[in-house]
Amino acid sequence: MPDLTSNTAGIISPNPFWLASAPPANSGEQVMRAFDAGWGGAVWKTLGQPIQNVSSRFGAIRWKGAAGVGFNNIELITDRPLDVNFREIAEVKKRYPKHAVIVSLMVESKEEWREMIMRSEDAGADGLELNFGCPHGMCERGMGSAVGQEPTVNERITSWVKEYANVPVLVKLTPNVGDIVPHGLAAQAGGADGVSLINTIKSIIGVDIDNFTPQPVVGGRSTNGGYCGAAVRPIALHMCAALARDPRFNVPISGIGGITNWRDAVEFLLLGSSSVQVCTEVMLKGYRIVEDMNEGLNQYMKDKGFDTLDQMVGKAIPAYTEWGELDLNFEIVAKIDSQSCIGCQACLVACHDGAHQCIHPSPTAAELTPESRVPIVDESECVGCNLCQIVCPVEGCITMEQVDNGFGKASWNDHLVRGAQLRPKKGAH
Amino acid sequence: MSKLPADRSESVFSDFKPAYSSNQARVEANRCLYCHDAPCITACPTGIDIPTFIRKIATDNVRGSARTIFDSNILGMSCARVCPVEVLCVGDCVYNHMGVPPIQIGKLQRYATDAAFEAGWAFYEAGADSGKSVGIVGGGPAALACAHRLRQDGHAVTIYDKRNHIGGLNATGVAPYKMPADRAMDEVDKVLAIGGIEVQTGVEVGADVSFAELEDRHDALFLAFGLGPDSRLAVQGAELAGVEGAVDFIERFKTGIEDLSEVSRAIVVGGGNTALDVVRELRVLGVEQVTMAYRGTEARMSGYAHEWAAAKVEGVVAAWQTQPIGFEGSDGKVTGVRCVRLDANKKPIDGSEHVLPADRVYLAIGQSKLGALVDGLDGVETEWGCVKVGAGQATGRPGVYAGGDCANGGKEVVNAVAEGRDAAIAIHAYLSAQA
Repeated sequence: MPDLTSNTAGIISPNPFWLASAPPANSGEQVMRAFDAGWGGAVWKTLGQPIQNVSSRFGAIRWKGAAGVGFNNIELITDRPLDVNFREIAEVKKRYPKHAVIVSLMVESKEEWREMIMRSEDAGADGLELNFGCPHGMCERGMGSAVGQEPTVNERITSWVKEYANVPVLVKLTPNVGDIVPHGLAAQAGGADGVSLINTIKSIIGVDIDNFTPQPVVGGRSTNGGYCGAAVRPIALHMCAALARDPRFNVPISGIGGITNWRDAVEFLLLGSSSVQVCTEVMLKGYRIVEDMNEGLNQYMKDKGFDTLDQMVGKAIPAYTEWGELDLNFEIVAKIDSQSCIGCQACLVACHDGAHQCIHPSPTAAELTPESRVPIVDESECVGCNLCQIVCPVEGCITMEQVDNGFGKASWNDHLVRGAQLRPKKGAH
Repeated sequence: MSKLPADRSESVFSDFKPAYSSNQARVEANRCLYCHDAPCITACPTGIDIPTFIRKIATDNVRGSARTIFDSNILGMSCARVCPVEVLCVGDCVYNHMGVPPIQIGKLQRYATDAAFEAGWAFYEAGADSGKSVGIVGGGPAALACAHRLRQDGHAVTIYDKRNHIGGLNATGVAPYKMPADRAMDEVDKVLAIGGIEVQTGVEVGADVSFAELEDRHDALFLAFGLGPDSRLAVQGAELAGVEGAVDFIERFKTGIEDLSEVSRAIVVGGGNTALDVVRELRVLGVEQVTMAYRGTEARMSGYAHEWAAAKVEGVVAAWQTQPIGFEGSDGKVTGVRCVRLDANKKPIDGSEHVLPADRVYLAIGQSKLGALVDGLDGVETEWGCVKVGAGQATGRPGVYAGGDCANGGKEVVNAVAEGRDAAIAIHAYLSAQA
């Protein structure tokens, strides 16, 4: 039985699934229900001087009938009295001593940081997360992403926190920067025990095209919000991996960004996250999704022979390299399985209009049977781009198969440095 | 007939396939794979660009979706309801090969076209006056599709129909759980809204006006006079009260009030789609025992298997390989059908004669062909009572075209629409060449 216990910079939780600092972790009653459902930890909704929120607050992208593949909010940090929050944190820790409660903080002065850290630790917090990422509202007041976008400010405030904190400190990074690495290094330089990333991406989720107003609409106007949900996962995965593979960066990562299920979580773990945080999918589906996440991760670890999370964290990092190191002589071509092909020709039109014109209609396509409509791949022209496989509705029907072309491995760097021979180009007609 | 009685008998029927809500339509539209050179398009006699109209539902461009449909099929609203999609577009959806339920194209088409009707969207204008005129004999789907297309090209059109209304079998013959008569009449109004289509009802070509006169009046003719009355069986007792034609019965209860309170056992003779319609209709109209008597086996029946499956659900029973040889009666009213059983070679089985009791019999064994109407027109040939046509629905007589049931012998509404439209395109080319 694999051990799902997670250790992120000394913050221990029974599994790596944490609620991210957001509406699902807004109150003790919610967090306790989440723990009952199977969540291993929760990063409390950011505490600071309580604010006043607007209505409305959320917007979502609808795609193929489903809402929320992309999601955006203009909600700020907690609007509940600090006394109430700290009392509830203490209550949660008393009742759930083995679960991780991380308190997210966002204040301005050093004195305020000191007081908030002390109160959090008094309440029993297992760790602190510094919200240097919020890209809406709070940044206008000099906090959130206004801090996270300036490495010197990030480092300074982190070092203030570390002066007072006795529990592990995670710095939550903003993705609204050109390169995440200097910001991760700044947090590390300030003494952070780890980082969490990504916070939300500055965004406008949509426009009310009848009333000429961006969304979400607040009294006829709107503002930019923070973008999240499944659609941001590739951005988050990249930022996680960019830090994880940097030899100068050596503190743990708590991965955040578009995690909807166990498979997404595994991806973050393989790219260097020690734990993962989830918000949007919980907002859309509720705490109960964690049951599948725990079960799916457990089965995956069994299947792959991992006994502990440590064995899989960062496992995909060695295979992440620069483009210049990729083997240009590696060659694959598309193969269409005529048995499972349904004759939709989606691959054909995608190849013709969107790729390299190497999939052609069967000469018998007009007969309308699936057998008569299996498209023909011109393997001498197929560049192996994967587009046909991506658009194919039948799982396993199109496979990309390796061709032995007789050329040895040669990257662009090999070619530049030592003149390694490259195979002839395909599809460059 | 534009003012149909609200309490007509067909008003007790509800939709067999209920309309989609916008949510349901969007979910279904989003399932469409948007195939390239899609088989569903090929399967549609009118060649509607189905993936395109479905994508437009998914993108909430419902108006554009409706336009895409009407561009190919001006009667797309009724075809959405009455087409046997199971054997046409839906039957060829590639999802069938994937073990996934096929896209409900008919219901999506209904969603878009209903929206156009409710919103009153108009997409077409008459073309500039060409100075040419076309006479159309008949007022059914083929005629309407032809007339509308001809008006887009600016030709004057006159429709002659012997009834007191137009719409043809689409108005009087469609099973009401697919489409009620008033909906078909709405569609007639929508087609006529293009303007410039003169409708002369109560005019029987061949009796009230001759084809020669029509040829004098018009520069081209389109023959779309459909089929004649229900075929009868020349057997003993055929004249008894209660032995009726199925198409005639359907027209009566769709357009008026049909009292079936005295009927508890009905027999429908036939195995085609009209028979399958009537048996279901009789059950919903309250007839307790409904039996379909058919000469062949279930496998040989020309009616669609999905329609028979639905009839069985309504409680209809079948007497397969059963041939009526006479009607029993008392006091001039039918009391039963004398039948024999047929063997696999359709030969009567000795000693199999029996009587199926019935207080009403409907004959659904086809409609007579009216090809003899054109006997005097040199060059217009007929075959098995149907007007022979070639490319562009042209007959052998210059300027005379034909389509719909009178030419194809009785097919679907969608075939009539395709033929009417194609005839109009050919007529336009013919008239343009003359100018």
